[in-house]
Amino acid sequence: MSLRVLAAAGETFEAPSAETFWQPLIGSGAFAITRPAIVYALSVVLIAAVLLWATKRLAVVPGKRQMTVEAVYGLVRNGLARDIIGSHDFLKFVPLLFSLFTLILVNNLFGIIPPIQYPTMSRIAFPLALTLFVFVVYHFVGIKRKGLGGYFKSMVPAGLPTWIVPLVFLLELLTFFVTRPVTLALRLFGNMFAGHIILVLFILGAEYMLLHGGIALKLVSIPTFLMAFVLTVFELLVEFLQAYVFTMLAATYIAGSLADEH
Amino acid sequence: MDGNLAIVGYGLSAIGPGIGIGLIFAAYINGVARQPEARGMLQSIAILGFALAEALAIFGIALAFVFS
Repeated sequence: MSLRVLAAAGETFEAPSAETFWQPLIGSGAFAITRPAIVYALSVVLIAAVLLWATKRLAVVPGKRQMTVEAVYGLVRNGLARDIIGSHDFLKFVPLLFSLFTLILVNNLFGIIPPIQYPTMSRIAFPLALTLFVFVVYHFVGIKRKGLGGYFKSMVPAGLPTWIVPLVFLLELLTFFVTRPVTLALRLFGNMFAGHIILVLFILGAEYMLLHGGIALKLVSIPTFLMAFVLTVFELLVEFLQAYVFTMLAATYIAGSLADEH
Repeated sequence: MDGNLAIVGYGLSAIGPGIGIGLIFAAYINGVARQPEARGMLQSIAILGFALAEALAIFGIALAFVFS
């Protein structure tokens, strides 16, 4: 019934698709300056400004602003890096993990902050670049710690029957070089993309029903708007969780490369 | 407005991870109910398991848009 009403209104409703996310501002093609690129640059400036402002006058007894930043730093340093990588050599990975966490968190939050409202990570290039960095880092530290041969040898757990070793080695090779980076990038991308497309669908749909529908559809648009609001709150949870998960998995992979035994 | 079969495929691919994530958090709630002081340790394990199980559904949505 609703479809017929929509068709009767003249224009048809266009559902958001992957093309909705391609928004070049200056230029076109591969080298266009797009909206996510601007948002990304803005996030870097914002993070740098906040961190510099909060740590300008460091004190042993922290003030309010230092305390807030230290809470986030403490979460990454103690909750993620120290617990996962281990107290012996977690310290040199804290800057990497902290940068990843704050960068992803701010970019994700931009997805629902009104004037910006674009989750940068819903373009695959951004999570892919971050993942590439993590990929290089965890292989590099593993090879540096154990040597090239030792690194590959450490992928297979000790004490397996000889005939099964090549099979397990092949599977582990696939895990280390394909599954891990691909899932790490796709998880962040997929969550932000899917979450944002649902928000766009609900809000555009409600707007369409309100402006172009009959009286019944106008009434239906009210719960649709409410649903969009509820989903925005849900998105907030997902955004925090995904920033945390990405950082945690990066730390887990680094810890796996550093571990002495499998 | 027209649909696409690939999106139905995404729906099918979300069933498995949905059940899996449900089981993971059921186990997490069970664990915390029995031993509240283990909450911190269980939480990070639960989120790690959730992230790994979720990957399959994410593959589903990525492929749904690739083939649509």
